[in-house]
Amino acid sequence: MVGIKSYGAYIPLHRMPRDVMYKEWGGMPIPGERSVANFDEDSVTLAMESAIDCMKGFDPQKVDGLFFATTTSTFKEKLCASIMATAFDMRRDIRTMDVTGTLRVGTTAIAAAVDAIKAGSAKSILVTTGETRMGAPGGDFEQSVGDGGAAILLGDDGVIATIEGSYSISDEFSGQWRADGDDFIRSWEDRMVYDQGYSAALPEAISGLMKKYNISPDDVAKVVYDAPLDVRRHARVAGGLKFDGAKVQDPMFMNLGNTGSALAMMMLVAALEEAKPGDKIIFAGYGNGADAFYLQVTPEIEKVRDRRGIKGHLASKKMLDNYGTYLRWRKLLTLERARRPEQAPTSIAALWRDRRIILGLWGVKCTVCGTPQYTATPGVMGGGPPIRICVNCQAKDQFEDYCFLGKKAKIFTFTHDNLADSPDPPATVTVVDFDGGGRAVFDMTDRNPDEVAVGTPVELTFRKLYHDPARGIHNYFWKTRPIRC
Amino acid sequence: MAQSIKDRVCIVGMGCTKFGELWEKSETDMIVEAAYEAYEDAGIEPKDVQAGWVGTMGGMTGMALTAPLKLQYKPVTHVENACATASDAFRNACYAVAAGVCDIALALGYEKLKDSGFSGLGMGAGSPTTNIMPTTSAPGMFAMLATTYFARYGLGPEEGKTMLARIPVRSHHNGALNPKAHFQREITMEQVLRAPIIAWPLGLFDCCGVSDGAAAAIIVRAEDAKKFRPDPVYVKSLQMCVGPAEGQMSTKYDYTHVEETYRGGLAAFAEAGITDPRKEISMAEVHDCFSITEATIMEDLQFSPRGKVKDDLEAGTFTLEGDLPVQPDGGLKCFGHPIGASGLRMMYEMYLQLQGKAGPRQIKNPKLGLTQNMGGQPPGCTVSVLIVGL
Repeated sequence: MVGIKSYGAYIPLHRMPRDVMYKEWGGMPIPGERSVANFDEDSVTLAMESAIDCMKGFDPQKVDGLFFATTTSTFKEKLCASIMATAFDMRRDIRTMDVTGTLRVGTTAIAAAVDAIKAGSAKSILVTTGETRMGAPGGDFEQSVGDGGAAILLGDDGVIATIEGSYSISDEFSGQWRADGDDFIRSWEDRMVYDQGYSAALPEAISGLMKKYNISPDDVAKVVYDAPLDVRRHARVAGGLKFDGAKVQDPMFMNLGNTGSALAMMMLVAALEEAKPGDKIIFAGYGNGADAFYLQVTPEIEKVRDRRGIKGHLASKKMLDNYGTYLRWRKLLTLERARRPEQAPTSIAALWRDRRIILGLWGVKCTVCGTPQYTATPGVMGGGPPIRICVNCQAKDQFEDYCFLGKKAKIFTFTHDNLADSPDPPATVTVVDFDGGGRAVFDMTDRNPDEVAVGTPVELTFRKLYHDPARGIHNYFWKTRPIRC
Repeated sequence: MAQSIKDRVCIVGMGCTKFGELWEKSETDMIVEAAYEAYEDAGIEPKDVQAGWVGTMGGMTGMALTAPLKLQYKPVTHVENACATASDAFRNACYAVAAGVCDIALALGYEKLKDSGFSGLGMGAGSPTTNIMPTTSAPGMFAMLATTYFARYGLGPEEGKTMLARIPVRSHHNGALNPKAHFQREITMEQVLRAPIIAWPLGLFDCCGVSDGAAAAIIVRAEDAKKFRPDPVYVKSLQMCVGPAEGQMSTKYDYTHVEETYRGGLAAFAEAGITDPRKEISMAEVHDCFSITEATIMEDLQFSPRGKVKDDLEAGTFTLEGDLPVQPDGGLKCFGHPIGASGLRMMYEMYLQLQGKAGPRQIKNPKLGLTQNMGGQPPGCTVSVLIVGL
């Protein structure tokens, strides 16, 4: 039976009280707080972090596909799913796909994965989502949205929840949209947006599913469905479908914000964190139509409880009370240029050559002396990748692959650099020694400078390192951060 | 069997421009001024120069030297070895003279840093790369040495910063006595300790000046030296130690010393026949790009025991009046640091001191002077240790 094998989620560390935005602009005060991606986070990194959470205990080599669902992809023409597949060192003969164009891409990607597994094209597929949608400064949407990601591993064995069936509808109505070149959400008049869109299509899909599979509200332990930017419309759906309000999964508007195409999957992860074997769950996503699924939780769910997931990431937070920082991180202001040297041109050839090293954190272990080692980053010192001569015993080409991904490390030395150009000054740079051997130099992120010390335990987090504006290249690498939660 | 360079070649002329923010001077101005001061000092004509070594991070080819000087069809090599560039240009010129393939060689280093529009080093964009380097600066990379030094030797932030502050205070005192120095004013401990942080724990005064400048030396064989002047300066050792940059990959590196300086020092002392560097070396110009760099160099060169440089700094050992004056000309800190010129600037001060021409900062009766010039950053460095004497 096809179903969910594992789940994971990621929420950026930083949360902004909506009050901060309201105080800046006036308009409508909206209660609660929203998550804010750091300057080095985007849809790809949010999805990757979620996928890492989801894949805990699973072998990426056994996964036959990776789908990435987002409406805020970093690239128009370049696959992002392959960035994650390379980071996970997945096989080459797999299906990779970026799904985009509607807020419903998360459930669309799940439906496509389920069909591929049912058809026998794949045994398991990892569906990831990450979203960093923006409302324009001064509007309600800026307060309402949030940033986050989720990941679901689907397969046909050892499932924690079976997918009993699904029902989809397509609808050519778009009350909210972004055209090519739009940075911010556009919207038609509120009433029509919801009356003809969300409030019509989502209940239609859920009742279609219930009719198709003969489900009554009493059969269901939890109903998990997308929320729109106006969260008041969310509760009304349950009332219309005669669901007990206690069975409705919280859309996390007060403590996360609307994470767009990632929201439905994030809510599903939150529901699964609380689910008990035997629970039946209705799960639905909305966007130019709707997809609804009927799930049943199995006893296997007890095996994947050790995720940071939604609960862990929601609780781990740092308040961001400075609206200027938000504008800076989202590049919404032209700031004074740092008087620093120009960055060297980014080379696609070099990025391609070093892809496993950079994205997958692949180092080597010397088979002569046993020393694990990670390549030096090319720079003043030279000696960039790959490692051909052992750093310890100078043996040539006597190595086996050694992956530093997921390894814990401790800070050996660090600095907080005020001269280096960083959107989150000071630039904290760390030299870290890995548990089990090996040393490397990384930027540090999501840290409180006062809490960084020699010996501080750290973990690695996948981040966007640099956007080369002259060449349109975004590159991704790993940074250190304090153990998140 | 390799032979020592000791007493085989001499410096018979040197020149050095004023270092600083030389807005009105170009590379050509500086190169011409340094070279012609050296020619005049050696009593030679430009046509007497038989070969040249030019050190710079910025230029290309030997024409960086021949074009501004209009040197006529001579063999000239462009040398680049980061901040140790000028010392390496000097070293190669000495070897050519010692080999007997030329009689009079010119070594010249220069850098024009202040045309960049910002403070700090700006050496251009560089070659295409993956751009995954950490977001840091030169102060940041050296600051990590201080972080670890403080942690290893149990110095609290205030104690550690106070220890380091004595270094720029001393250098500013010496620089104030030097009309060619970039910075010529005294500073106080309080000013150092209250200065803005550049890269924790280093503050503004822990960092050296970034300057324009050029320096040059004329080198001849020892047996010819007295034909040029009665007081030539003899080369006692020329050592260069280039590390494999393993410190960024190997947990063995302690980030409280620079191995290249330690090994370069050992080799230089052996070549010069020195057994007790602290006693035998009269003075030194070392690569004080940052205060912590000088502190660790004192230990790597065995001037201070490991972890004990604090005692010597507190005792004033490295002041002009101390047992072992260091940075008599103000050092990189105050004389300034035009990358490709600095090694020869260090040698210029040793040369003046040995000849008794250092004016108000003259050290009493020096016998042996050492320069330590260092490129790269602590996990991987290229270090020269040169010793000269009478």
